[in-house]
Formats: sequence, C-alpha cells, structure tokens
Amino acid sequence: MAFRRVVVTGLGAITPLGSTVPAYWEGLHQGVSGAAPITRFDASKFKTRFACEVKNYNPDDYFDRKEGRKMDLFTQFAVIASDEAIKDAGLLEGVNKDRVGVIWGSGIGGLKTFQEECFNFAKGDGTPRYNPFFIPKMIADSSSGNISIKNGFRGPNFVTTSACASSSDAIVAAYNYIRLGMADVVVTGGSEAAITEAGVGGFNALKAMSERNDDALSASRPYDKDRDGFVLGEGAGALILEAYEHAQARGAKIYAEIIGGGLSSDAYHITAPDPTGEGVVLVMQNALRDAGIQPEEVDYINTHGTSTPLGDGAEVKAIQKVFGEHAYKLNISSTKSMTGHLLGGAGGIEAVASILAIQHGIVPPTINHFTDDPELDPKLNFTFNEAQKREVRVAMSNTFGFGGHNTSVVFRKFQE
Amino acid sequence: MSEIAEKVKAIIIDKLGVEASEVTPEASFTNDLGADSLDTVELIMEFEKEFNVSIPDDQAENIGTVGQAISYLEEHAK
Repeated sequence: MAFRRVVVTGLGAITPLGSTVPAYWEGLHQGVSGAAPITRFDASKFKTRFACEVKNYNPDDYFDRKEGRKMDLFTQFAVIASDEAIKDAGLLEGVNKDRVGVIWGSGIGGLKTFQEECFNFAKGDGTPRYNPFFIPKMIADSSSGNISIKNGFRGPNFVTTSACASSSDAIVAAYNYIRLGMADVVVTGGSEAAITEAGVGGFNALKAMSERNDDALSASRPYDKDRDGFVLGEGAGALILEAYEHAQARGAKIYAEIIGGGLSSDAYHITAPDPTGEGVVLVMQNALRDAGIQPEEVDYINTHGTSTPLGDGAEVKAIQKVFGEHAYKLNISSTKSMTGHLLGGAGGIEAVASILAIQHGIVPPTINHFTDDPELDPKLNFTFNEAQKREVRVAMSNTFGFGGHNTSVVFRKFQE
Repeated sequence: MSEIAEKVKAIIIDKLGVEASEVTPEASFTNDLGADSLDTVELIMEFEKEFNVSIPDDQAENIGTVGQAISYLEEHAK
C-alpha cells in the first residue's frame, strides 16, 4: 500500500513573541527575546521570577466571557492558534468535516485550574465544593475537544502527552493518520500554559530552570558556556496537515510537505538526558529513514536546545554523529533562545518556525550568545545572534521530553 | 426587589453571561438562558456559597427558573 503525501496548508501561533503567525515570525527573524518578569502571579519568593509570557493577553479579545471561563488558559491558546490556522487554510467551507480530525499536544493540561481547585478545597473545612467545570477544564484533551466542538470537525480526535515532545508527537500522529487514509485533514500542534505557582515552583525544584533574575532577557542562552537552565514559556502553535490530493483538489495554498517523523526513547532517566545522546541519534536516524532522505539533504535543524547544561551538549553530539561532515554545513538554531520553552507546546511553535524558515529562506537565530562553550565544536553553525539567509529545502524539528521521549519531524519545500 | 433577588440575578448574569433584561422571574436556566447541565450545577453551588446554605440534590432539581431560585433562597438563606 502506498502512503499518501501530506502537506501543510495552514499555520497559527500565539507566542511570547507575538500573537499571530506574522507577529511571531517578525520576532523570530529579528532575534527578539520574549522573557520578562512574571506577571501571572506574585513570584517574589520564587527562585525564578521571570518567564516568556504571551504579552498583553486578554481572553475577552477572543472569547465571550461565558465561553472563556470554561477553558483553562492552555485550551484558550489552543483554540486561538487553531482558529488562525483553520482560517488560513480556508477549512470552514467546502470541506467534509467528517474527514477532519484534531490531534493536539499538551504535556500537562490545565495546571492553573488544578492548582486553584485544590487550593480552594484546602482552604475550606473539608466540604468538597469542586466546580463542575474543574475536570473538563483540566484534562489535557479539553484542547482538542474544544477545537472540534467549535468547528464541527468529526474526524479522529485526541491529545498526545509526552512532556516536551507532546506536540511533535501530535504532528507525527496527524501525519500518520492522514497518510494511512484515516483522515483527509488534521488540525495539529500543541499548547501549554504552566506559568503558575505550581509550574514555576515545580521546575525550580528540579533545578531545570534558569535563575538569572538580574538579566531575564538574555537568560535563555542555548549553547552558551554560561547557560544555566531553560526559561519557561507559554502559548500554542497550530498546523493544518492535509492529504496532498485533497489540498490540490480544493486549490489550497501549500506551505511545505511533511516527509517524515521519527520517535525514540532514551530508556535512561526520568528527567536527565542520556549524556551519550544515543536516544537522540536514534530519533534523527529514524526520522531520516522515514523521510527516505540522506543526511546531506537537510539544511536546517531547529533543535530542542533548551539552554540546560547537559541537554544541549548531548543533542549537539548526536547531530555530529548522525550528520558527520555535513554537520558543518547545517544551520542549527534553538528558537527557544527567544520564545522560552513551551514544554508540550514547543513542537508546535517550532514546527511553525521551521516551515516559515523554508518559506522565507531565512533561518531564525539562536540569540543570547556571549561565550563559546569549549565542549561544543566551534566549526558548527549555531546561527548565533542574527538570522541567516539560506535556501532551506529540508528542515528538521527536534523535541525531547522528560520521560526520555524523543521526536523529530522533517519538512521539505513543496514540489509537485 | 429584595436584596436576595438582586444577588441571585447578579450571579446568573455573571455565570451565564446573559443580559440583565433576560433574567426575568419566569426565565428558565436551560430553555431561556442557555445553561447546560454543568452550568446549572455551578449556579446551585454559587447560590450555596453566596447565601451560606446547603441545597440538597432533590431540592436543587426543582430550581429551574430565576423565580424558583429566588423563592427557595428567600426561604432558606441564613
């Protein structure tokens, strides 16, 4: 059985750099940092007091009050980004909605909702007064559920959860469902909204986050010698994946083709990356094999690169092992230097960034580079500090999650 | 209008996102004000919290309109 070709026909994003795809791209290619002091709660007693929040966010700009109140922030972001992508792809008219699915990614779900409800219970006298919307707001699949209910999409519908690889797994699953013929179109991507007391406190306890409070703007500095952890971000990235013949038949605009997805596991530790990078070698090899391309065909890797001391090094080692001499010809960049780390939403906005790099022929930079890390090969092109013009025919997007989940997605410039 | 009735109306306007003019005594939460079963549960919980009462499930089932909520609470509120 021949697999169907699958193309990208719509994009959506709400990010710390901007709340639409054009605003996001503007920030990406200008090299803007999305970090700032936390405004969502009083963080004065926390080790980390800054994050990459979606700026000037007001749910009333997007939802009527009754509708917005029933969605956790991560679901609001999911609906906003997917609305932009759905509109961009022209999916609301003339499409058989029984054949349109939603496969979304979220690593955590409604953390704020969970935290508030538990807090309210603990404050009381032991009488349970849980809100009836508590569970439907909190569960991670309320994101994909709300997207389908709003748009009447009756195809396959679920959420993937694999920590920071969640939305890349959603994209690979969407790709598989379409190429196998189980849906013609899938709204995919992912979202996260974990900038809450529990989120920041929890990641601080893991010693995973940057504590550079005196210089928040430059705290996310992947591949810099003085990197000290990731910066928490929030938001959503959405893609419309569509069977090529279906897109062609309705005259849809095509951004790029998705040609491969790879998955692997470190089988090493629940939070620490395997320093040998073996699982990461495997995931990129699996993705290249699925795509049916040679390593030399890849132009750009949007890395996981979270700005943690261990993780960045392991990924770079793995890239050198998989790509050999070609590693020096690649553009490598971590857009988390600008957006922060969206956890389960990272794969969504980074897939959007990779596709925009193909579309514009511009590789977004790794900003905040000050000092070379002697552990990293200086001949590699990390696209430090400024975007670089380059024809990107093939882009790979890597994401790795706590639990040892690794996922890699490959996009190619579309050709008939 | 009693103070209780004012408060009940305000809760309904807030939770169901409706206009004050729609919140008439005869208005049914589900048929007229767009509430689903979860909205109704939430309304009852808000009444319990605001008026410091506990509304048993079998009595909550009989509170389906604005007027029914006001009369129940005028009778039971502490």
